[in-house]
Amino acid sequence: MTLNDLNVGERASIVRWDTNAPPVRLLEMGVLPGTIIEMVRIAPLGDPIAIKIRGYQLSVRKTEAALLVVEPC
Amino acid sequence: MAYPSDDVSVEVRTVALLGNPNVGKTTLFNLLTGLRQKVGNYPGVTVERKVGRLVGDVPLDIVDLPGTYSLSPKSLDERIAYDVLMGRIEGDAAPDVVVCVVDASNLERNLYLVSQVIDLGLPLIVALNMTDAAKEAGLEIDIARLSKRLGAPVVPMVASRNEGVGRLKYLLRQTSLPQPPKRQWTLMSAVEEPLQSLMDTLGEEVPALPAYQRFIECLHCLTNDTMLTYWAERSPAFYEAVQGLRRSLSEQKTPYQQAEVIGRYGWISPLVNEVVTRKQDPSTRSVSDRIDAVLTHRIAGPILFGVLLLLIFQSVFTWATPAMDLIEAGVVGLGDLTRAVVRPSWVADLMVDGIIAGVGNVVIFLPQILLLFFFLGLMEDTGYMARSAFIMDRLMSKVGLSGGSVVPLLSSFACAIPGIMAARTLANPRDRLITIMVAPLMSCSARLPVYTLFIAAFLPTGTVLGIFTFQGLAMFSMYLLGTAMAFVAAFVLKRIVFKGSSSFFAMELPPYRMPRLRQVAWRMVDRSKAFVVRAGKIIFGLSIVLWILARYPTSDPDLTLMAQRVAAEAAYQTTVTEVAGTLDLPASAVAAYPPLVAARTAYAHGEAPADVEPDVWVAARLLYDAEATLTEDLHRLDAAEAGYQIEHSFIGRLGHLLEPVMRPLGFDWKISAGIVSAFAAREVIISALATIYSVGDVDEDSPLLRDKLKADRYPNGDPVYTPLVAVSLLVFFVLALQCMSTLAIARRETNSWRWPAVMWLYMTGLAYLFSLVIYQGGQALGWG
Repeated sequence: MTLNDLNVGERASIVRWDTNAPPVRLLEMGVLPGTIIEMVRIAPLGDPIAIKIRGYQLSVRKTEAALLVVEPC
Repeated sequence: MAYPSDDVSVEVRTVALLGNPNVGKTTLFNLLTGLRQKVGNYPGVTVERKVGRLVGDVPLDIVDLPGTYSLSPKSLDERIAYDVLMGRIEGDAAPDVVVCVVDASNLERNLYLVSQVIDLGLPLIVALNMTDAAKEAGLEIDIARLSKRLGAPVVPMVASRNEGVGRLKYLLRQTSLPQPPKRQWTLMSAVEEPLQSLMDTLGEEVPALPAYQRFIECLHCLTNDTMLTYWAERSPAFYEAVQGLRRSLSEQKTPYQQAEVIGRYGWISPLVNEVVTRKQDPSTRSVSDRIDAVLTHRIAGPILFGVLLLLIFQSVFTWATPAMDLIEAGVVGLGDLTRAVVRPSWVADLMVDGIIAGVGNVVIFLPQILLLFFFLGLMEDTGYMARSAFIMDRLMSKVGLSGGSVVPLLSSFACAIPGIMAARTLANPRDRLITIMVAPLMSCSARLPVYTLFIAAFLPTGTVLGIFTFQGLAMFSMYLLGTAMAFVAAFVLKRIVFKGSSSFFAMELPPYRMPRLRQVAWRMVDRSKAFVVRAGKIIFGLSIVLWILARYPTSDPDLTLMAQRVAAEAAYQTTVTEVAGTLDLPASAVAAYPPLVAARTAYAHGEAPADVEPDVWVAARLLYDAEATLTEDLHRLDAAEAGYQIEHSFIGRLGHLLEPVMRPLGFDWKISAGIVSAFAAREVIISALATIYSVGDVDEDSPLLRDKLKADRYPNGDPVYTPLVAVSLLVFFVLALQCMSTLAIARRETNSWRWPAVMWLYMTGLAYLFSLVIYQGGQALGWG
């Protein structure tokens, strides 16, 4: 399942990036395989989504979220 | 380069301030440098260069680098920061020491940047800021341990409260700076080993490059194309070696692009776990989360956002107006004073109509700008700005922008100038440029007087659906048109001009915090100052040019008007002579004759004096009326003379010249001349038309001007202004760029004249096209 499939409040661990060229900015901000994230909320208009990661909140567009394979934990 | 010496010249130590956005870096910078700051641009780019001085025994030059999450040069900001630290900026040697400002409540992500700085081999001090927020979040940090593990001194502080900064200053002033820490993170071996041989190659090929910089250079070239192309010409052997390594690593399916990030966090995560103890259950909702539940609520979120915006604009309009009126009165007063004092009169004219009016044009924006920046600053400081981008992102991405463009574009409804300046918050340079390019289409408040004049004069009154007035709807349509075109223009610019990878939008949502009014106020003043100084210079020059164009060449006075003037004077003299006759006085004594003077004063006040001879009373009234007529005639003639002068000035001639081009839009030479003058500032068309129609000094609400416009006829009897012409003119104003202040600011923000030129061209083109279609189409349909 991808980040998009997580429900609000669910926690998951990142399995991998489903692409040859993961967005470098997101990598640098710590979105790596093995990282634990928590789905916080969806924006009022449906996009983007906010996740808790490494102690801070990050907003990610759904197009990127679709590339992130996660495992609920 | 760093030691005080015995002789007088003391070398200055350079300190580079680096850190993520939102960690209080600028606050620290201001604390260290006070007002001793110099702001400019790095050569050839639009990145701001801020340097300040900390005076003392060891003078320090503090360079505030752009806030960045990484030194891996993807964006312009990162590139500049990287180049500064590597000493690659022309004219700037590498800094002597780097102070990395870190958010204590967010250590992991912040240490990423720190790990990159460590790789550069420069002396490092870590400023652990926002320790108060960390404490509130229930985090306890073992500073000593952190310092030991990093290999650099760590100074805890709360910069916003000026706590802990003293220790940093103390460390910076020590004779010997801390030893540069050693790199401790490791790359996966599949990459680490071949990288060593790359470093050897680089060493051989480019001996000038310091040894400690080889690692980072090789790593960057391996993963970043832009960095690699730098060497394509300069060292083909190295270039080829890197390409070769990339190929072999790809064949082995080693994820070398991610190798750096994985390696760094692989060191950082355990380190943070060791050093930070969490005294609170991470799943409890913080205050921030609870506020967010309301402010980004699916329904309440957008509504509250809308309400906030309405509040801001309402405040800006109501609070700015008295200040603007005050400024205008001041400008007028100064002008009167100048005219009274300065000789010869053409110099006074230049000063008043050229310089004072021009500078006044800049200063009049100040109240709006100050207020807007105040509210923008509040939104940024509290953390709400990120939420507004979060809410609006989906809508904006439909036209190729991102949520961050919302506030700059909406600010442009008040004035495009602070709107364009607010676009600095956009991280993506393409987004920022597009936002700047379309901001002037949002109908700013300067267009309002123009809308008011023409809608009130030419559009029918009456209601639609019983509630909305036709005129009100017309006004609303103008705003709607501008906004719609802005989005279309953004879409077109994104697709056609700025084709390329879509700007993905990852943004930190910082925790909410109480705004620090002093910081907000400081930023507000700082940005407004930037506008006045930079844009002011350009506007100043252009005002003088326009003044010259409007005034020269002077023509000989119109003979008809001169004749009328003589006639008016003569009529007055006749009355004086008559009166003199009835009172048996020489004509020259009439003015000073005491009973007459008293009687005239009484008449002027509307009283009937008690003891005045009927003859004198009659004479007094005659004289008074004659004087009044003369004054009125002279005023009228002055205005007509001014109109005549304008018609024969450069601007008037330009108007005539442009008339054939503008006629298809329904505009005659007077309107064309007005449009040309309006280039200075949109409202100028009001005073330009007033002058051309000899109405004198009036504003858009004047029935005089309205009547004059309505009454104007072509030689063949057709009215110059019909409702269709008015609509065509209105649309022209919605779409055309008529504001040199906007061009000046766009120049400053994009660091070149190219984009302002493009902006002016495309907007004028749009305006022409739309007006043309409306006027010709309307005529074809029989509406005009």
